[in-house]
Amino acid sequence: MTESWLVPFLLILAKALGFLVALLISTAVLIYGERKVWAAVQLRRGPNVVGPWGVLQPFADFLKFILKEPIIPAGANKGVFVLAPFISAFVAMAAWAVIPANEGWVVADLNVGILYLFAVSSLGVYGIIMAGWASNSKYPFLSALRSAAQMVSYEVSIGFVIVTVLLCAGSLNLSEIVRAQDSDYGLFGWYWLPLFPMFIIFFVSALAETNRPPFDLVEAESELVAGYTVEYSSSLFLLQFLAELIAILTMSSMTAILFLGGWLPPFPIAPFTYVPGVVWFLLKAWSVVFMFSMVKAFVPRYRYDQLMRLGWKVFLPISLFMVVLVAAVLQFNQWMHAG
Amino acid sequence: MNLAVAFFYLFSALMIASAFMVIAARNPVHSVLFLILAFVNAAGLFLLLGAEFLAMILVVVYIGAVAVLFLFVVMMLDVDFAVLKQGFLQYLPIGALIGIIMVIELILVMSGWSASQASLGNAGAPTPPDVSNTLALGRVLYTKFVYFFQAAGLVLLTAMIGAIVLTLRHKSDVRRQDIGEQNARDRKQAVELKKIPFRTGV
Repeated sequence: MTESWLVPFLLILAKALGFLVALLISTAVLIYGERKVWAAVQLRRGPNVVGPWGVLQPFADFLKFILKEPIIPAGANKGVFVLAPFISAFVAMAAWAVIPANEGWVVADLNVGILYLFAVSSLGVYGIIMAGWASNSKYPFLSALRSAAQMVSYEVSIGFVIVTVLLCAGSLNLSEIVRAQDSDYGLFGWYWLPLFPMFIIFFVSALAETNRPPFDLVEAESELVAGYTVEYSSSLFLLQFLAELIAILTMSSMTAILFLGGWLPPFPIAPFTYVPGVVWFLLKAWSVVFMFSMVKAFVPRYRYDQLMRLGWKVFLPISLFMVVLVAAVLQFNQWMHAG
Repeated sequence: MNLAVAFFYLFSALMIASAFMVIAARNPVHSVLFLILAFVNAAGLFLLLGAEFLAMILVVVYIGAVAVLFLFVVMMLDVDFAVLKQGFLQYLPIGALIGIIMVIELILVMSGWSASQASLGNAGAPTPPDVSNTLALGRVLYTKFVYFFQAAGLVLLTAMIGAIVLTLRHKSDVRRQDIGEQNARDRKQAVELKKIPFRTGV
């Protein structure tokens, strides 16, 4: 009787552990890769001291974070201050429970996978807002208020973008959404082409949702020093930092799944179909990550009122209109085929 | 013991405990954080019932948006905890009376509950296993109950318009930013090129 649940339980545990390890290695690659990309854009060399070509730099940083002394400010609300980074990191990692890296390579194949992802990414704001409040300091608090307003605003347009994808795919299951993009046209059948405006809106909103430049008002160093992480040090800072990086990976994977066909090969013909799906998935997700880095390298920071205007007065009306348009086109198609 | 039962008791116990802490916590921010914990556990209970769509919507709407705004407002309030606790015993009888009346009313309402024929039929025939939770909800929401659904939306719209009307003030002496006008400005309007003769100044 005990074996009936023990085997699936261990299987899920192994899967989750596998994803976690892959995720942590990916964050290390992300730190190194992003710094190299920015360096290349600015004609510098980037990290090049620790290890061959500096590849061990993220691990050296990691050791430094672990070994330094954590400092909790005397005026801070200690419980919430310590809890906030854990919530950030937990929520960021929890999103990966539903992301399919290949056909069947997923920890939990939920029916409402995309909603789960949306829900969990909207929880990311708590780590920031709690950290900002508990620090009991000016800059973190201002940063927390900014991030709360910013993330709630851009979630609205992300929600509508997801609705258009759902309408086309007819399912909330992430694997089903990828399968729905499988057609004879290869990469021209993926949703980036028919839903091109939504693809752009999703990418820009993902930048805002992860507090990345040009929307990094949350940690605008010229105004707020370092935003909500001013009072954090050592391993607690590491967790906040990790959560931010994992959120970037999550959003890139989400873009790859919703608009770039997940694990599907770009052309459904022989040499491309031999390559395992996970390679295509990684290639797509990392291309989006590369775009994230490039945007940081050459787009100047938005002003706060411009950010809010873009979210509420530009993206929201466009995405609302697109929801109606996509639904109308799909319904019209259905009538055409029926009649 | 069944795993689902164990999780039911876990979620329920956590939910009741955090609901109690909402009113027992000294710091209002802690109260809101406990309220969020209660919401999370409610979402867990929905999941156990097989109502996965409702669970996720609860997380997205209540935790992801409404509670963030709660937290936002409560964090900015400058509450003096000592003053807040002062009249506690004085107001206890009235508070208890209102609470008891509410409980009695709830019991009366729940005992006299009459379900419509349609929902009784649904209880007899739950959603077939091949239809997902979301699909089943959508099928009744946009067909049988479409008028109620739209009416609920209109009520919310009215509330939103009301809130905007109450807070919107047109001040004539405030300089407003016209983005369109700013973006329409071209080089000729913005920059004036002057030829300054050497050693004479402007």
